[in-house]
Amino acid sequence: MSAERPGPAPENAVRGLAYEEPLSIERSRPGRIGWSLPELDVPAVDPADVWPEGSVRSEPAELPELSEVEVVRHFTRLSTWNAAVDLGLYPLGSCTMKYNPKINERAARLDGFAGCHPMQPPSEAQGFLQLCWELEQMLAEISGMDRVTLQPAAGAQGELAGVMMIRAYHEHRGEKRHKILIPESAHGTNPASAALNGYDVVPVPGGSDGVLHPEAVDALMDETVAGLMLTNPNTLGLFEEHIVAIAEIVHSRGGLIYGDGANLNALLGIARPGDLGIDVMHFNLHKTFSTPHGGGGPGSGPVGVKNILATYLPTPVIQKVEGEEGDCFTLDHEFPHSIGRLHGNLGNLGMAVRAWTYIRSLGREGLRRCSDMAVLNANYLLARLRESYHVPFDRAVMHEVVFSDRNLAETGVTTLDVAKRLIDHGYHPPTIYFPLIVHGALMIEPTESESMEGLDRFVESLEAIAREAKEDPETVKTAPHHTRHTRLDETRAARKPVLRW
Amino acid sequence: MAEYNLPDSVRYSREDEWTRVEGDHVVIGITDYAQQQLGDIVFVELPEPGTQVAAGDPFGVIESVKTVSDLFAPITGEIVTINTDLAETPEAVNDDCYGDGWMLTIQPASSDELQGLLSAQDYAQHIKDREE
Repeated sequence: MSAERPGPAPENAVRGLAYEEPLSIERSRPGRIGWSLPELDVPAVDPADVWPEGSVRSEPAELPELSEVEVVRHFTRLSTWNAAVDLGLYPLGSCTMKYNPKINERAARLDGFAGCHPMQPPSEAQGFLQLCWELEQMLAEISGMDRVTLQPAAGAQGELAGVMMIRAYHEHRGEKRHKILIPESAHGTNPASAALNGYDVVPVPGGSDGVLHPEAVDALMDETVAGLMLTNPNTLGLFEEHIVAIAEIVHSRGGLIYGDGANLNALLGIARPGDLGIDVMHFNLHKTFSTPHGGGGPGSGPVGVKNILATYLPTPVIQKVEGEEGDCFTLDHEFPHSIGRLHGNLGNLGMAVRAWTYIRSLGREGLRRCSDMAVLNANYLLARLRESYHVPFDRAVMHEVVFSDRNLAETGVTTLDVAKRLIDHGYHPPTIYFPLIVHGALMIEPTESESMEGLDRFVESLEAIAREAKEDPETVKTAPHHTRHTRLDETRAARKPVLRW
Repeated sequence: MAEYNLPDSVRYSREDEWTRVEGDHVVIGITDYAQQQLGDIVFVELPEPGTQVAAGDPFGVIESVKTVSDLFAPITGEIVTINTDLAETPEAVNDDCYGDGWMLTIQPASSDELQGLLSAQDYAQHIKDREE
């Protein structure tokens, strides 16, 4: 580490074959190009003569000037900085960073899907529409819902759509309800989705056992409340075991229940939200159904509804029409009570192909086994790490488990430090400081993708960090040490952000 | 257990705000315990002067490096002034929460609610109970 680096850092490997890389504009040299075109063999046209006034630049844009190989190296080097599921365990709680099987990509690259234009008429895209319709049916079957739309582009938009349908339902019935109940252990996006729909958010406290109790809902549920948004399992990784009684209370007083499907990976083939009293829910194809999550996206957040809400679905709705010469699939715009269109086209349908492939390749038994293993893996981590980290709600969990830094308080080491030190051990940090109801939360979701040996290595790293916190806290508090850049000044970055160069 | 600076010169709410009577108005900020729990403060969103607030209602938002939290009005009344310096120097809440880190002043609707607030000793006990 103390050896002198040869040459200027930006052009050279900083550590073996790990590269530093400047901004592309900093690499730019005047006149350098990555292309060569043949001589113009048609009459030259001045853009200013053919385009409207004001649409032609007087000065060329300041774009980087680079050769092809420089561009390729620039982006390839940046790509090596990514942490990815394909590199290692990515234990972000409530994000379900599971492995994305390569067969999904193969299916999505089939010409009929990859080459289909979003504006292609339905008559020329029957196969694609059939796949979408089938995926809707499969999601409905998995969740116990009656109808599904694939339009929402990700989970947050799915929530928005779901709450819009709840609002449309009450408005259609002439009811004025202005509140939504949201448990403290729900996802952080739920209050935002309710507020965007003009609802006042009423937090519902959870019990000391970490789950929601019917009495808490009973005390708040009245004719001013449009519904309850529930994440099950909740963000503590605990199954909301009173959900049926809670749903009865909400329904009996005219409310509806929104189910946040972000944690559906715990329930596949085991329990169906629709059977538990959920009226509307979203799915995250990029979590539960193995489509890329994060930078590799885009996301996809289909929404499922019970029949009472089907009339409010976003249009167009894909319909199957049975005919003598076989079934055909059409786009139905005749939904007068629809909340409208949510996407320029039918959704991020490349993700639909991947999710369809995932569901079909696993089948009924395989999906259930996913959830079984996801739950087993989380409980294995709980059992092995209970001695090293404080467990705020120590009971059997579902697919994720929440620890806290409370047992490290004497050392001055915090959850943030543990997360940073995990980077030195080769792991993307888990979700930290969420859920908010646990001080110093460390929220780990291993998913079903990890082998037992992989989990053991992760446990050993977390155990080593807990020991190190006691023996050599300074090393943990100043981590990471093995990265290209050591700890960033996040406070300064937030207080004095530099947003452009 | 960490040590907290809880002066006797102010009274405390259960939601971790402090109040200090200055003439007709009540100055409000967050406690040393709250700023320690939040960590480095990076943003404070405060209401416009003239806004009516009710005790227990959220009146603003405080954001730290690790979390975002509502600020709750300890008493009912009308906002008179806000600490506009916090827009540029939110770190004042960490450095001097009972001084330069003050957030706003309220014209209280009545003096009764002030009686219901906690003394430094009671608030210290409240923190202790909560941590256990």
